Amino acid sequence: MDCGDLAHLRRARDLLDREYARPLDVPGMARAALMSPSHFARQFRAAFGETPYAYLQSRRLERAMALLRRGDLSVTDVCLAVGFTSLGSFSSTFSRLVGEPPSAYRGRDHASMAPVPACVARTWTRPGWRGPERDETSRIGEAPRPAAALA
Amino acid sequence: MPLTITHTPVYCLDLDQALAFYTKQLGFEVRQDVPMGPEMRWLTVAAPGSAHELLLAGVDHHIPPVDRAAMRDMVSKGNLAVFLEVDDLDAVFESLRAAGTEVLQEPVDQPYGVRDCGVRDPSGNHLRLSQPLGR
Repeated sequence: MDCGDLAHLRRARDLLDREYARPLDVPGMARAALMSPSHFARQFRAAFGETPYAYLQSRRLERAMALLRRGDLSVTDVCLAVGFTSLGSFSSTFSRLVGEPPSAYRGRDHASMAPVPACVARTWTRPGWRGPERDETSRIGEAPRPAAALA
Repeated sequence: MPLTITHTPVYCLDLDQALAFYTKQLGFEVRQDVPMGPEMRWLTVAAPGSAHELLLAGVDHHIPPVDRAAMRDMVSKGNLAVFLEVDDLDAVFESLRAAGTEVLQEPVDQPYGVRDCGVRDPSGNHLRLSQPLGR
């Protein structure tokens, strides 16, 4: 892929990383990459190995994990802070991708993470980073064919 | 046993752009700029007074042809990073932002003892700038 296109895609990904709490949609992300929505969704997946929506979801969950590790925020606060609008959907998505419910994750001891820089923890705790079971649709295994559903 | 880091490579897509950014925007000084024919340029910068040089390594100069496209992709996707400490993080950040640098994260206090921010250099490298808290 052309370096200029990759730079545009990177800017869109950086936008997701910064603005994850907002209700982002593919057309909005595509504008940041100066591409049409369908071209953007294809190119993003080709460059980064997952759909823009899957990337956004795993970013939100990674942020949720970071906020839950603090221990002073409720699961509901965290759910809303990272851009989910439904507690039920947050809890089920979190449980499926992280492997335990948000309340259990919040209750565990996370002291060993304390010295790790935030930008590193952000990458390493992102669901899917360690490369768990991937299926044909996306690494975070949401409803079938998210790209098609969003197009 | 004394052990010192002397050179760390930062892979760049355009050396002139990188040189302008690291010297004019961040205050590095050029230590060595040695053209070695059309295929190679040895270009290092360092913080004033520091022995640790950043080797501004053009992907097209330093990476073998077979791996160049892959390395350009790595850099363009923003997968590589450089970590720097500065004295006045907020001032440095504001001057970078004013110059049109891509911002990843505004300055925030981190629980592990630094105030930090994130930007991208002209090639797309993640530049992590920090200042120890309490200074």
